[in-house]
Amino acid sequence: MSAPSVVPKDASQDRQKRMIAAHFDRLAEVEERGEKAVYTFVPGNLTELLLSFGVAPVLPEINALQSGMRGLSKDYIARAEKDGHSEDVCTYVKCDIGMSRGGNVGPTGKRLPKPDLLLLSYTGCFTFLKWFELLREEYDAPTAMLHVPYQGGGTITDAMRKYVVDQLKSKVIPALERITGRAYDEDLLSEHLARSAKAEDDLVHVLESARHRPSPIDAYFGGVYYIGPIFTAFRGTEDAVDYYAELRAEIDERVRLGLGPVTPDGELEKERYRVVVEGPPNWTSFREFWRMFVDEGAVVVASTYTKVGGVYDNGFRHDPSRPLESLAEYCLGCYTNLDLPTRVDMLSRYVTDYEADGFLINSVKSCNSFSAGQLLILRQVEERTGRPGGFIESDLVDPRYFSAANIKNRLESYFQMIEQKRSRGDAR
Amino acid sequence: MTHAHDDLSGLLSHAEELYRDTSFSAVRAWKRRTGGLALGFMPIYVPRELLAAQDVLPVGLMGGGEMEIIRGDAYYQSYICHIPRSTIELGLNGSLDALDGVVFPAICDVIRNLSGMWTMLFPGKLVHYLDVPQDFDPAVGGAFYRDDLLHLSRKIVAHGGRPLETERLRAAIVAYNRANGLVRELYELRREQPWKVPTHELYLLLRAGLVVPVDEQIAMLERYLAFVEDDDERRPMDQARVLLTGSFCEQPPLGLIKTLERTGCYIVDDDFVQVGRWIRHDVPTEGDPLDALVEAFLHDAIASPTRWCESEAKGADLVRRVEHSGAEGVIFCAPSFCDPALLDQPMTVAAVERAGIPWTAFKYAENAGQFQVIREQAGTFADSIKLWSGA
Ligand code: SF4
Ligand code: SF4
Repeated sequence: MSAPSVVPKDASQDRQKRMIAAHFDRLAEVEERGEKAVYTFVPGNLTELLLSFGVAPVLPEINALQSGMRGLSKDYIARAEKDGHSEDVCTYVKCDIGMSRGGNVGPTGKRLPKPDLLLLSYTGCFTFLKWFELLREEYDAPTAMLHVPYQGGGTITDAMRKYVVDQLKSKVIPALERITGRAYDEDLLSEHLARSAKAEDDLVHVLESARHRPSPIDAYFGGVYYIGPIFTAFRGTEDAVDYYAELRAEIDERVRLGLGPVTPDGELEKERYRVVVEGPPNWTSFREFWRMFVDEGAVVVASTYTKVGGVYDNGFRHDPSRPLESLAEYCLGCYTNLDLPTRVDMLSRYVTDYEADGFLINSVKSCNSFSAGQLLILRQVEERTGRPGGFIESDLVDPRYFSAANIKNRLESYFQMIEQKRSRGDAR
Repeated sequence: MTHAHDDLSGLLSHAEELYRDTSFSAVRAWKRRTGGLALGFMPIYVPRELLAAQDVLPVGLMGGGEMEIIRGDAYYQSYICHIPRSTIELGLNGSLDALDGVVFPAICDVIRNLSGMWTMLFPGKLVHYLDVPQDFDPAVGGAFYRDDLLHLSRKIVAHGGRPLETERLRAAIVAYNRANGLVRELYELRREQPWKVPTHELYLLLRAGLVVPVDEQIAMLERYLAFVEDDDERRPMDQARVLLTGSFCEQPPLGLIKTLERTGCYIVDDDFVQVGRWIRHDVPTEGDPLDALVEAFLHDAIASPTRWCESEAKGADLVRRVEHSGAEGVIFCAPSFCDPALLDQPMTVAAVERAGIPWTAFKYAENAGQFQVIREQAGTFADSIKLWSGA
């Protein structure tokens, strides 16, 4: 994810831009350099393992969201729907299929390599399975399935961990060995995992900085940039360690200076509302959406979307001393792999711990994994916290489902409601 | 228990009564009679044998059909399929009070999340998310699945059910083999002589079988089979033979099935109520019965959009089914907003097209009341098939 150009640049942001550009350059040259490309998903990604095999990760979700941000998704989706894909299903999938059928030119304008392996990390979403079945048809590529069980009972059991580890050993690692001709190197994997843990410490520090008043970050709109490297191809790299150390120092400095978050219109002068957000953002009108919050002086102090590629603020860290077990626990712990009661607990905790005035759900049409049950989550969190909940609807990358006027209206009424509660003295 | 419905129409009205009874009186009556536990299960498949072996009545939940939704809609956005809202409605209006819990098999994100909603809405009830494996290696996915089944079994005991015993499980497998065998027999008969087994009748029997104990289901199926086999008045008509696919979870209204038949289609294969056909053959009764159930799930299950297809091209199974059933066309008939069905469809459509099989597609909701558009579309489709097959 590259930062919108209007945001004043911090050094960390430049670094992230360079990292992403270099990654897409590398992807464009994978074939000529004799490297292998492995397509995989953000939740439950096994980046450290992929790095240890020297393969280049391609993340179709990231390509889709980037296409959304760059105004390309509309045509890609139209193409897929014209080719028989239902209007009812996840638009990430259709965006990706449309992009692939249009020549597989990635969001930065460079060609993406064909997959040498589709690594189906099946964590937190059933659509992933269908998505890679579809890509398997597009590319005729081998697929390795890693079925990550759902935390249906709210916990990770030994059987779940063992199941994932067994699949890593019996399916995923052999598939990587086959396409690369390299043997699995656990020491190398552990080195990457140690770097991951370091970066994860810093990321958590950054996300938790939002407990300050004013919050130095926006943990949703800004948060999606902060999670960029660690959710994608960089977890376990030196680059990611450096990026997060730099970001941490920048945020600490903002705290020291008592500054609010950087927004598309510069620094937020006054923090009027602190909210928690559940659900992914809309990418096609990302800045417009963000501005609707900025105009109201609303800062998102915690979000669940920034946990889809890994939940770290509960103490989980990749552990180099138990490499495969820790990868399994990582996969099992991603946000959309948590059952609804756990999601309610987490949101309620965020509302309290981050002293939020309320919480908002952005329900996206694409994503049943997130969206099914959100109306109950809304009620439950309201009941638990006593803080008002708001509900808006949009989509990830289908601009047809972003109704700016409607969303703006809803947000304005929502913030008015908080204001009224405040003036009655019954909100924080 | 058997019913003294001594003619076909009596049997069918009994089945229809069971199908339409959203208050599950048959389950209530069974509980009063036996004092046993009743557990609901969502589509598509749970090993009912395991439940029955612990004296639990497995009750198939397939939505609320055409019933009016008063509270359920407040739980779901407009872009989510209909079955979870009617299921919530049934839970909230007390229709499911007789159930001691519900098992939610892993088929899609909606049912997955419904399991958590159930936990929050109905505290104290048994809720089990049955995370069926997508890895089919006995030592890996098989071990995980076995463990999950034992976990479910322990939860049943904790709710007052009988502990699992090997011989009881074996006996339950024998009983379900009989029931599922009869279902397969009826499907076979319908393939051979579709005029003898109209789908709307077969469908009612399948649905009725979801809310009664297995012996009662067996009795109903046997009697139906005997009636229709002897019925010489059921004569072939000039209908197009179609395979209907995509309706494995939220079910189409009975009116839709009847509409298709009236517009000139013989449905010779379908995806309705797959629980009894999920395993293709009898589950072996020798050896460890739990292992047998696991092995059957891993290696003898039907292809499904909800199941990772690792060994062959997508749609190959559908094309085989078309060949086996002698269908002349395929109707892709999925619920609106059904992720597994609709994400699968482009691949299976492509396979069907490659095989030169005519197809058409439409969507439905379980509570749809108007079939005008579908009637026209299906009628045109049936006519075109008949035209081509006659050419
Ligand atoms: S359904 Fe949701 S989690 Fe799954 S691929 Fe689509 S956006 Fe991602
Ligand atoms: S109809 Fe489809 S999406 Fe809806 S619950 Fe059933 S399988 Fe899931």
